[in-house]
Amino acid sequence: MVTPLTATVDLVVRFPGTVAADVRPGYTGFIINKENLVEVATAVRDEFGYDLLTAVTAIDYIAENKMEVVYHAYKTTGGAGLVFRVQVERVDPIELPSLIDIWPGVDFQEREAWDLYGIKFTGHPDLRRILMWEGFEGHPLRKDWKEPFFEEETKPFKSRWPDGQHTFAENKNPFRDNLNFPKDFDPEKYVVDKEEDLYASLERYTTKDVEGNMKTDHIVVNLGPHHPSTHGVLRVAVTMDGETIIGLKPVMGYLHRNHDKIGERNTYLQNIPYTDRLDYFNSMSNNFGYCTTVEKLMKIPVAERAEYIRVIMAELSRIQNHLIFIGMLMNDLGTMYTPSLYAFEERELILDIFEAVSGARMMCNYFRFGGVVRDIPDDVLQKIKGLVSERLPAKTDEMERFLNENEILVARLKGIHVLNAEDAIKYSVTGPVLRATGVPYDLRRADPYSIYDRFDFDVAVRQNGDMMDNYLIRFDEIRQSLRILEQALKQIPQGPINSQKAAYQVRVPAGEAYGRIESPKGELGFYVVSNGKPNPYRYHVRPASFVNLTAVESMCRGTKIADFVALLAMLDIVMGELDR
Amino acid sequence: MENEKLSLPNYSIPEDIQNVVAVTTLDRLYNWGRRSSVWPLMFGLACCAIEMIAAQTARYDMARFGMEVMRPTPRQADMMLVSGTVTKKMLPSIIRLYNQMPEPKYVVAMGACASSGGPFKEGYNVVAGIDKFLPVDVYIPGCPPTPQALIAGMIKLQEKIDKQSIKHVTWYNKEKKDGNYVPMPILGPDLIDVRRNAEIRDVAAAKESA
Repeated sequence: MVTPLTATVDLVVRFPGTVAADVRPGYTGFIINKENLVEVATAVRDEFGYDLLTAVTAIDYIAENKMEVVYHAYKTTGGAGLVFRVQVERVDPIELPSLIDIWPGVDFQEREAWDLYGIKFTGHPDLRRILMWEGFEGHPLRKDWKEPFFEEETKPFKSRWPDGQHTFAENKNPFRDNLNFPKDFDPEKYVVDKEEDLYASLERYTTKDVEGNMKTDHIVVNLGPHHPSTHGVLRVAVTMDGETIIGLKPVMGYLHRNHDKIGERNTYLQNIPYTDRLDYFNSMSNNFGYCTTVEKLMKIPVAERAEYIRVIMAELSRIQNHLIFIGMLMNDLGTMYTPSLYAFEERELILDIFEAVSGARMMCNYFRFGGVVRDIPDDVLQKIKGLVSERLPAKTDEMERFLNENEILVARLKGIHVLNAEDAIKYSVTGPVLRATGVPYDLRRADPYSIYDRFDFDVAVRQNGDMMDNYLIRFDEIRQSLRILEQALKQIPQGPINSQKAAYQVRVPAGEAYGRIESPKGELGFYVVSNGKPNPYRYHVRPASFVNLTAVESMCRGTKIADFVALLAMLDIVMGELDR
Repeated sequence: MENEKLSLPNYSIPEDIQNVVAVTTLDRLYNWGRRSSVWPLMFGLACCAIEMIAAQTARYDMARFGMEVMRPTPRQADMMLVSGTVTKKMLPSIIRLYNQMPEPKYVVAMGACASSGGPFKEGYNVVAGIDKFLPVDVYIPGCPPTPQALIAGMIKLQEKIDKQSIKHVTWYNKEKKDGNYVPMPILGPDLIDVRRNAEIRDVAAAKESA
């Protein structure tokens, strides 16, 4: 079971009058006065030691005419977190002080809240839209904002198959498409946004006279959104002095598929296949995070056998993710294809197992609240045992033997700085990138969920925080995952695979829950607010890739543009999760 | 392709030169040359791109069909594999890439999202199918399609290429030189398809004020 988010400190005693405990049923944490937010947040970090602010998100309580911003702070030494929130009147302009000076990791998350909720964070130096484009009409996650294909507030829609007939969503929209324009809009008179704000936000290299009056100037380069090295549709605007990066801004949203909005219309169960498509390498881990969160809200146990199956699947998923990471890193470094062919060979074997248990290679949709959907057949269990005890350890050794001492690889990776521990925590970086800086922060140990406290394994840590360490830590993690798998396969008991009866709709009591798991990329969090109805009132994903990317600007400043590609690969981003 | 398929069966060739001479039509020869060297644009959008990569790797090996040469630049590509959800924000880039590809060019919509919007169709930032903008040659169903399904789609594309005739193809037709040019959509308050400007203005004017 997940440790409950009980606060270990009492902010009310420390700040009488400005902080109140949240007494709504199902809620925890503290409500802070808007004026005192910065003061309290500083104390939370400095006095109480919550150095890692992982999740920031907003909720639109339209019935109470309130907008709420929720902060989840944790300690990198482990343990339960602290939830604090600010409530403001839902009248434009909604303004809140930014916490970017206290936790720079809130940068993108505050921009997201501005983009999707229209909350202005005063003091934020670069508050532009992040997922949608500048000029987009409205703030889509507000409860009164309706998408063009809006039918009903919640699913299942009544219109899906009326009288045995289907209808096209296009026919219901006046523009006959997924479009909505304000009244009297004239496309011919529209002035297109030239992204001047983006380019203005980039650090500039001031034109200066050098000897002989030759003027030098910066170069602005856009990498992506169609670029082979950006692992999807990420775009990065860079200013360069020669080949050295002086300013850099990622531009994202090219794969923004509106998970949050769709998720709030879906029923709880309908969201599971959508979580598959977040981090599409690790659908099992995503299922794990979401189900853990909802189970926390529902306060139900997980069947014993299912716990083991979940751990086995999540760890297999981690192994194949890290294998792909290594293969793709080699691609980015210029060893086109050969190492990744080795990686994909092993990945296929793991996908075979996923297919055998769930029916799908990639989009497994395998977990259910209280357990999993199907049992593992015995022959598949044998197959996993064979993989874990023989093939995968041998192949990991083989890859290490082939690669690790390669001269070019060492020259490209060794000594090139990624992050130090202080910066990594500051930017809320989690996962292998944080652990490679020497911080042993692994949620499987720091805030154990599921049954990870039963297994004997070490948290993989490396000390230097350079690219080589970031690369090697992935091999360490594969080895540790294999250790967990070996134990899990030995201990797995017989029994039912779900503690609940199969149901189309689950009853979720009102309240909120923030569940987090150690996904292969870092901390994957789900924030779910229920009002007792069959659909979540708020469904928010705190993706590891998105928050880790906050650090990319400080990581890359001063490095060569050729190293940027490798540095980005180190963060192991995946666009489905980053843009959602 | 073997000789007997390439040759027209109606011509009888003397037995002693059958290994040396083949009688065929220009169309067949031309298509035979093209069908097995369809170079895809190295271009991944979402989940489907991972299955596209998997289809290139050892187990499935798309190279058997001459389609392994992924080109990162559109100028060298013959086929655009739209592998994933097309979002409004991404669409202008996709159209630009398509317009930069030289003829002959083909578009394959891989997966439910590219074909119709798929599970994300209702999303406010999602284009409900790339076929609203680009002429799609082959649709591959699945979410994501397995590598086998992708290869089956590629074979369908080869069948389509086999049936084309130099006489009718647009890229040699002087009048239809720019027949496949797609005007760039604009990102405004929502996605503006410039071909529908007049319609958008009329509908927006008729809208009840919110």
